[in-house]
Amino acid sequence: MTNVSVTVNGVARDADVEPRTLLVYFLRETLGLTGTNVGCDTSSCGSCTVLLDGDSVKSCTLLAAQADGREVTTIEGLASDGQMHPIQEAFRRSHGLQCGFCTPGMVMAAASYLQENPSPTEEEVRHSLEGNLCRCTGYHNIVQAILDAAGQTAGAKA
Amino acid sequence: MAVTEKFVGQPVLRKEDASLLQGEGSFVDNMTLPGMVHMAVVRSPFAHATVVKVDVSKALEIPGVIGAWSAADLAGEWAGPLPMVWPITEDIKTSDHWPLTSDKARFQGDGVAVVLAESRGLAGDGAEAVDVEYDPLPAVLDVEEALKDGGTLVHDELGTNAVVHWSHGGGGDQSLFESAPVKLTFHYEAPRNTPSAIEPRGVVASPVPSMGEFTLWTSTQIPHIARFTLAGTTGIPEHKLRIVAPDVGGSFGGKLNVYAEEALALVLARKTGRPVKWIETRSENLGVTIHGRGVIHDVTVAATEEGKILGFHVTELADMGAYFQLLTPGIPELGGWVYMGPYDTQAYWYEFTGIMTNKVPTDAVRGAGRPEATYVIERAVDDLARHLGKDPAEIRRINFVPKFTEDRPSLMGLNVDSGDYLPAFERALEMAEYEQYRKEQASRRENGDTKQIGIGLSSYIEMCGLAPSNILGALRYAAGGWEAAQVRCQPSGKVTLYIGTSPHGQGHDTTWAQITADELGVSVEDIEVLHGDTATTPLGMDTYGSRSIAIGGAALHYALQKIKDKAKTLAAHELEVSEDDLEFSDGAFRVQGAPDKVRTIPDLAVSAWTAHNLPDGFEPDLTATATWDPKNFTWPYGTHVCVAEVDTETGHTDLLRYVAVDDCGVVINPMIVDGQVHGGVAFGIAEALYEEVLYDEHGNLLTNTLTQYLVPSAVEMPPFELDRTVTPSPTNPLGVKGIGEAGTIAAPPAVVNAVVDAVSHLGVTDVGKPATPERVWRAVQAAKGGGA
Repeated sequence: MTNVSVTVNGVARDADVEPRTLLVYFLRETLGLTGTNVGCDTSSCGSCTVLLDGDSVKSCTLLAAQADGREVTTIEGLASDGQMHPIQEAFRRSHGLQCGFCTPGMVMAAASYLQENPSPTEEEVRHSLEGNLCRCTGYHNIVQAILDAAGQTAGAKA
Repeated sequence: MAVTEKFVGQPVLRKEDASLLQGEGSFVDNMTLPGMVHMAVVRSPFAHATVVKVDVSKALEIPGVIGAWSAADLAGEWAGPLPMVWPITEDIKTSDHWPLTSDKARFQGDGVAVVLAESRGLAGDGAEAVDVEYDPLPAVLDVEEALKDGGTLVHDELGTNAVVHWSHGGGGDQSLFESAPVKLTFHYEAPRNTPSAIEPRGVVASPVPSMGEFTLWTSTQIPHIARFTLAGTTGIPEHKLRIVAPDVGGSFGGKLNVYAEEALALVLARKTGRPVKWIETRSENLGVTIHGRGVIHDVTVAATEEGKILGFHVTELADMGAYFQLLTPGIPELGGWVYMGPYDTQAYWYEFTGIMTNKVPTDAVRGAGRPEATYVIERAVDDLARHLGKDPAEIRRINFVPKFTEDRPSLMGLNVDSGDYLPAFERALEMAEYEQYRKEQASRRENGDTKQIGIGLSSYIEMCGLAPSNILGALRYAAGGWEAAQVRCQPSGKVTLYIGTSPHGQGHDTTWAQITADELGVSVEDIEVLHGDTATTPLGMDTYGSRSIAIGGAALHYALQKIKDKAKTLAAHELEVSEDDLEFSDGAFRVQGAPDKVRTIPDLAVSAWTAHNLPDGFEPDLTATATWDPKNFTWPYGTHVCVAEVDTETGHTDLLRYVAVDDCGVVINPMIVDGQVHGGVAFGIAEALYEEVLYDEHGNLLTNTLTQYLVPSAVEMPPFELDRTVTPSPTNPLGVKGIGEAGTIAAPPAVVNAVVDAVSHLGVTDVGKPATPERVWRAVQAAKGGGA
């Protein structure tokens, strides 16, 4: 077993896990934070996106041990004082989710990207989501939501 | 006070979103139960092989492995095979499909053994340790090969791979297919695709051994159908089996089925007395969850020299895969009623042959039969226009069925009971700036640009709202098509709805609440919508075929009318007037001429609950249930326009514009309807340009991860430009038609027509689906005589 100490959503967490444990299963099964989802085996779908020291990572691609000593933010840690994060609010306003399974990963990817580029164009938003798959929305309203959260508006035409 | 705000027709934000946005979704994999064990299935690596021996002993030696069973070990557990509920002809040839196969593996991924262990990882370790000896057999993968005499059979006992043949029987004047001045025959193929919901399938089966009771949480579209059919497979009595569909992370037809893993988890929970969990991997999802499409069509278009279409004669070969899943043989037939599209033809012919292959079974994938049909018709209309040297827009204009005025059976036998196709068509062309793009196209052609413009049209009709029970019976479907809803007005003024349909992202909580809010004068926030649990909801027929609003919404409407009728009796009693003296609006009964004498629905819910002073014979509690069976399907329609830019040197396609004008009847929530169109169109664009299931010559699945099977990202998708016309359905009291499948039905031919149009001046007449850069490039090279 390997000891892993991670600060998750601002709280210090510590557990002994099998060395092969992936970060996403550490979050979901060891810590019970099931908001982060698993949708594929190949780091393709991005449902498991979380923030590691503020940057978005696919938590199915890292071992829990690689997060040792670092800070992780999951979808459960985004709202504060009972208020959804502006990106979460924008997803709701823009109908940026249907089944909601890819949504936590989408929101976390967007949170990281808007830190990096607070005023993106529509084209830039689309490229920022390249690693996150959604099967329900056709991405239209997800892109709209992220532009909305950034205070931008999307044009109707490409 | 009653709420006077109106909700129907408004873009009410979704009731569902808060939990999903904050990581509080109830997806199956989020569940953990005390004592829960994990299941893994041992799957055949061969597409076709005799199973010689299965030895589970090495798996049992692994600490943490609880049990391992071959098909033979579980043979006594089954009361019946897995269900297929649509034997579409009397002479269909079927063989039993068991949750594990004992004699032969018939596709790569066919289950041969199953393992339970204390953890997900150990279950996988155990599955790898099961020793299976196979004797590989030649695999039959191509439907035309499968028809040849003396070839490999998927099921020896059936004596053929051509297991079902269904003919519509034709409509109109068949001699036109001989006598028409223009007769053109085209061949179109729609390769297999996959539903690829982002949440894979998953189950948790939990037993109460002392009671013989079981609860199965499963990521499904069809908890009610699953309950009835899984009772038949497992022998668990129906009343001892509860099925729950919690939050379901997308489906697209993939979870409109009853699968081996659901049955296995139940019988292993019964055998071990412990909760059993199984979560599908993505490779399993691509390799053992049903596929869609897999069809090839020959279509003959009969027409006049002016381009007036006289008839479509369509024959289809459909790849059924290795077994019949729940609805497999009926999927092509679902398309078999719309092979005339929105066109006013004089002759109709459709037939198909269903063929077994050593591949995953096919079944319903978003649109189910209707995308296949629409692809054929809309490609053929463009090809006819090209052949005649006419504008494909003009060909459509002169062929649309005139505006619907009276009920009459269409040529194919069903009553297309609404429709006014031209306004939606003209609106779509106007939005897409059709004429301007034609000029741009001409200019680029003249300049010999390497990037050429193509404009693709697709006008479609759908047959939705599945389905009138009597028609289902005539089509040999095993169940009905009605729906159920229960309304309970709680004494606190809140309202709870118990609904027979079962959503997976469509926003039913919000839509159903909007309908109810307007009828009862309550706020959407005060309405709770329950569904997807066979223990708490009325028996319904679940969610598929764009049926939920068209049938379930209507059932809810009638339950609400019963509530109002009952409430009116009570209001008259309390106000000491005759019922005829009451007016109802905004959720309140008022005495005519004395509007201060008023009783709201919440007031009456309290009275009905306390039951202190009820009229004689009045049943306490303000609650009502209704079931509703439609008399007809619903018939949405529309036109989509795609403008594509194709690089003639690389074959790469960019979508510059995508315009969709749909008519789904009355719209309850425009935001949700638009979202359904977006997702449907994206699914169709994926089918047109990117997604294709590929097997190698031995039947190995090549597209077994999302790095090979190309579900597109935001980068590949254009923004969508939407509008709609509103032609209420006369079939149901809400005037609604359904919108979940429209985009997927319309988009593939719009996109492929655009691609072909972009390079047609180079001599290209066909590009296969998906129109990948390689296919486009090869088509251009071949047209140029490059010999590619």
